[in-house]
Amino acid sequence: MHVVVVTRSTPDTAAKVEVNAAGAVTWGDAQLVINPWDEYTVTEAVILKEAHKVKTTVLAVGPEQHNDSLKQGLAIGIDEAARIWDDAMEGQDSLGYASAVAAAIKKLGDVDLVMFGKELVDVGSDAHIYQVGRKLGWPVLGSVSKIQAIDFNAKTLKVERMIEEGKQIVSSKLPAVISVLKDINEPRYPSFMGIRKASKAQIPVWGSADLGLGDAASGGAAHVRTIAYSNLPVRQGTVEIIEGATEQEKAEKLVAKLLEEKVI
Amino acid sequence: MSGVFVWVDQFHGKALPVSWEALGVGRKIADTRGVPLTAVVFGQDIDRPVQQAFHYGADKVLKCDDATLAEFRLEPYVALLVKVVRDNGAQIVLGGASTRGRELLAAAAADLDAGLLADVTELGLEGDCLKATRPVYAGKVLSTATASGAVQFATLRSRAFPAPTPDTSRSGEVVSVAPVLSEDQITTKVEGFEETRGSVNLADARIIVSGGRGVGGPEGFAPVRELAEVLGGAVGASRATVDAGWIPYAHQVGQTGKTVSPDLYIAVGISGAIQHQAGMRTSKVIVAINKDPDAPIFKLARYGIVGDLFKVLPALTQAFKAKLGK
Repeated sequence: MHVVVVTRSTPDTAAKVEVNAAGAVTWGDAQLVINPWDEYTVTEAVILKEAHKVKTTVLAVGPEQHNDSLKQGLAIGIDEAARIWDDAMEGQDSLGYASAVAAAIKKLGDVDLVMFGKELVDVGSDAHIYQVGRKLGWPVLGSVSKIQAIDFNAKTLKVERMIEEGKQIVSSKLPAVISVLKDINEPRYPSFMGIRKASKAQIPVWGSADLGLGDAASGGAAHVRTIAYSNLPVRQGTVEIIEGATEQEKAEKLVAKLLEEKVI
Repeated sequence: MSGVFVWVDQFHGKALPVSWEALGVGRKIADTRGVPLTAVVFGQDIDRPVQQAFHYGADKVLKCDDATLAEFRLEPYVALLVKVVRDNGAQIVLGGASTRGRELLAAAAADLDAGLLADVTELGLEGDCLKATRPVYAGKVLSTATASGAVQFATLRSRAFPAPTPDTSRSGEVVSVAPVLSEDQITTKVEGFEETRGSVNLADARIIVSGGRGVGGPEGFAPVRELAEVLGGAVGASRATVDAGWIPYAHQVGQTGKTVSPDLYIAVGISGAIQHQAGMRTSKVIVAINKDPDAPIFKLARYGIVGDLFKVLPALTQAFKAKLGK
């Protein structure tokens, strides 16, 4: 009985992220933090560990900076961590990432549930989640807002999923892959003892050779390539503050302007 | 038959508008390449979206109308999509970046060992490749990327592309295909569904009125809802109000909520933290109502009213009612 969460270090959510003159993405001296959506998966794994006595592991794919998010996971209460990387993985696309994660989960062997946060905020995508599910041949339940029931012995799972139209109740067999929304829990933060323990942890690094991947997770095998990054177009104009003697006058002026612009 | 495929996302027989936006983009690409445009519709009782697919530009529709597909489940949908893409030699597969579309196209790309450009806001061709612009780093930066290979996938962000004008005189050939998986081969089951009360899908909304900390409490959303109702819009919320339990999470706009792009976004009592901006900065016209004239939201806004939202909102609702004849 084993629950795995997959995470990543991303720039602090309040960071000003920009493209510099050399075309690289920069965030000044802002800290790297755990991908914001993953605060919920790590917490959920610890909740499952307490309730069901399951083993928990946190994984990340990437160079050494991703140890930060792995250590955060350990500090909150995850049992073990491993980082997946070798230099040939630089430039991998979502499929390469998914191949690497799926291989690591196979290496762990006894995994029942893999959890991802809703998306990775740096790459701005969730494609890897569903692709991990397909690489493993396991069902995937995305956008889970609540685990209603999970039985690690009977290998069954029932969740609430948030879709555009409302809330869906879906049952599935384990093992399964799920992605988790913010609604699922109140995130926990590291304790002093947790931080001390995590700081001493030796995190193993698994490369393509360790995972029997060949070049499947390499940058060379990628079908998707990023050509360039650019800054957002500057929003035109400045704000026009609507003045008036009364709220009613201000409201009427604003309505007239919006109608004139055909926004309404 | 080869060419461009567009998967049409529908729920209980009703298509999501982003599906037509994707058909519009698919039409342009198919015309550039001189290949046919095929719409793919899966579900149960789907005659309406099948006919509409022609109106919005499809030359042909591949449909599978079956009880196992009545509710979206990834396993049967992806098995079927992969089969029709393979059997028909589709080169480009597009769909909306809805909850279902993101799952389905990513999973199909994995099965076909194909490249996927996810959640794109611009899409075109560069030689044999699809080329797209996508927001990354929570919408703070744009990335340009290409997908190469025998099959190329892309999911399109809602409202980033214009919807084609429907032409109800268009029709074409409908080809029925059989499902790939039978019920006993599917490991997931939809056990229930609860529709969101008064739900307007934020991603598709043309107008959004959003409340922030300034509304003061759950009851403070009442005037926000009234204004949204008069405008036929959706209600959004800042993270602070969701965390405080004033309004359900489904309404949250921003980095850990939804990304929206309406024609009009009215931010009420929202200071405009960078995490909130990440979710709404591509709105066409932003109106800010806040008692603090220094709130960062005014830097993004086209129009602003500095004042007490509990006086401004009812006045606005009244003024819209009068002008819109309601």
